[in-house]
Amino acid sequence: MTYTQTQGSSTGEDPDQRDVLRVLEPDGSRVPDAILDPWIADLSPHELRALHRDMVLTRRLDAEGVALQRQGELALWAPCRGQEAVQVGTAHALAPGDFVFPSYREHGVLLARGATPEGYVLAWRGEEHSAYDHRSINAAPPQIIIGAQSLHATGWAMGAQRDGSRDVAVAYYGDGATSQGDVNEALVFASSFRAPVVFVCSNNQWAISEPVTVQTKYPIAGRAPGFGIPSLRVDGNDALACVAAMRWAIERARRGDGPSFIEAVTYRMGPHTTSDDPTRYRDAAEVEAWARRDPIARLEAYLCAEGVLDDSGLDEVSRAADALAADVRAACIGAATRDPATLFDHVYAEPHAALDRQRAEYVQYLAGFDQEGPR
Amino acid sequence: MSSLTLGGAINAGLARAMQDDDHVLLMGEDIGKLGGVFRVTDGLQQRFGAQRVIDTPLAEAGIVGTAVGLALRGYRPVVEIQFDGFVYPAFDQIVCQVAKLHYRSNGRIRMPLVIRIPWAGGVGAAEHHSESPEAYFVHTAGLRVVAASTPQDAYVMLRQAVASDDPVIFFEPKRLYHSKGEVDLDADLADAPPLHLARVAREGTDATIVTYGAQVRTALDAALAAEDEGLSLEVVDLRSLSPVDLNTVAASVRKTGRVVVTHEAAREAGVGAELVASITEQCFEYLEAPPVRVTGHDIPYPPSKLEKHHVPDLDRILFAVDRVLERDAGAATRQGAVTATRDGGVR
Repeated sequence: MTYTQTQGSSTGEDPDQRDVLRVLEPDGSRVPDAILDPWIADLSPHELRALHRDMVLTRRLDAEGVALQRQGELALWAPCRGQEAVQVGTAHALAPGDFVFPSYREHGVLLARGATPEGYVLAWRGEEHSAYDHRSINAAPPQIIIGAQSLHATGWAMGAQRDGSRDVAVAYYGDGATSQGDVNEALVFASSFRAPVVFVCSNNQWAISEPVTVQTKYPIAGRAPGFGIPSLRVDGNDALACVAAMRWAIERARRGDGPSFIEAVTYRMGPHTTSDDPTRYRDAAEVEAWARRDPIARLEAYLCAEGVLDDSGLDEVSRAADALAADVRAACIGAATRDPATLFDHVYAEPHAALDRQRAEYVQYLAGFDQEGPR
Repeated sequence: MSSLTLGGAINAGLARAMQDDDHVLLMGEDIGKLGGVFRVTDGLQQRFGAQRVIDTPLAEAGIVGTAVGLALRGYRPVVEIQFDGFVYPAFDQIVCQVAKLHYRSNGRIRMPLVIRIPWAGGVGAAEHHSESPEAYFVHTAGLRVVAASTPQDAYVMLRQAVASDDPVIFFEPKRLYHSKGEVDLDADLADAPPLHLARVAREGTDATIVTYGAQVRTALDAALAAEDEGLSLEVVDLRSLSPVDLNTVAASVRKTGRVVVTHEAAREAGVGAELVASITEQCFEYLEAPPVRVTGHDIPYPPSKLEKHHVPDLDRILFAVDRVLERDAGAATRQGAVTATRDGGVR
């Protein structure tokens, strides 16, 4: 199964996304798809509600991140609004032993993996470089160097392969990253070594101010087969399509069939980060058009129509989201900044006398202020 | 004791490290069947299999980046960058990922990588095959940077580098690959000098030459030539460029009061600059003369027919020794003495 291009280009300028696979229309109506349907036929009401719940929680977390930044509690936040379906949907297809390599925007992936409240925000507050314990949720520290994590995921998968395990690595990145050498090298390594890795490209149409057409004149999913990697191009705002595509890819990896590539076509509803001003480079009409394809509204409409969710269920999820936001806020505002002597911790794993001397000198320097009082 | 070349000693060290720990993997271009372009990994794929001695695609960022992932999975990858000048595509992965992951994860992630780099010039190679990029890595917190200059050190230091939980940039002086020496293959790492310590390669009293890598050999030749004139030069082989063993360097400088630092890399903001600054800070009142650096020029590595004018040779080192000994008048004499010594086959 490989991606084949249909009817001209779909690099963001095709509003109908004719070659994008989906099972939920924007209005929530269920449509058949021969490729995706078999992978989600067994989704239980419980699983569907969990999917919806994590998406709502992700949106609430994201809103809290933006609010905390606006209130001066966070230095920066990279909003993920609009991308909840691809983040949560793909993560819900994983097993605990799988390992994800997220970019900095993958809040929904971290949430689905079970991060703690402080794990979402302390890096953005500037307290830590990585605020969660990667071992507890099998997620690498958030990657800021665009696309670098694709190689780490591939290497991890090569290790899993050598261990004879069925664990799968997942590299998450955006459309901008597809121009990076690292990402292309990762595809080469993954293909050559048949590594059990899944590449999930959230094509959110924008790399800060650059539209996806600057990165590629050809659908991103169409590149992978050139590396010998099968790919799917799915509607990234259709959570069920994302679950299905990811299950397809994970199953291939577990079977020993090697890497797969998923392009999830979605949209970054917010700015690149809280420092960005997207009104300088994109039209309000475009944003409004994508708002009509909202991933949560779409899934909610479907689940309510199917009787899987009702008003009381929605209320419960809404309360859980508010509780999460309160926990995140408390973890953020209550965070204490580390002692400056810890600046020197963990630069090296083994003893380093020269750095110990630098630490001692700086601690002594700081202690001078305690004795003399502030200058 | 076995007589091995420096390249052979690294091969033996790799084999021993792989034998001692199943999680040690080798990765690189042409390292499998071919045994590497310098044959340093000769026979290892045959012995340990293609799952552990991996011929990779020709992508240095890919090699180092996938090694990061393998380390996260619990492996200890030893990667070979085919030539010094090919390390730059991997620079981002080394500086932003390999060097920082331990720090940015508060010590939860360890990066026990070894990045082996056949290094520096003097072998008549093509462009981009004779680089001395060590200062970039020395400047990067989180990396350890070492360079062996004898087969014994190469064997032991390679094994120590593999055993280290920190990432180690392991520079291999190309022009010493075929130099021979005695190696104790049964050496117990616990008895060996720690990786970060320098070595006094030759004791002396009149001046100190501080250097590393292939320049250790040149410095020893210079010391031998100077001996004919009754000069006693001490040669310190740094072995570790990051961290630098300043105790050993300072002890030597305090003894001799005069110091020449030599390396093949360019001068500006090089390892020599850092050394001279540290020596000045720590030994100021012991110095009888300003320290002198003898380095490659601040130029891109030249075409090989001209490289002898770039890589500091015995004459340039001795010229600098004259300066720190304030023996300007002796320089002319020296010129003759050196020529005679060279004709006598010092090198």
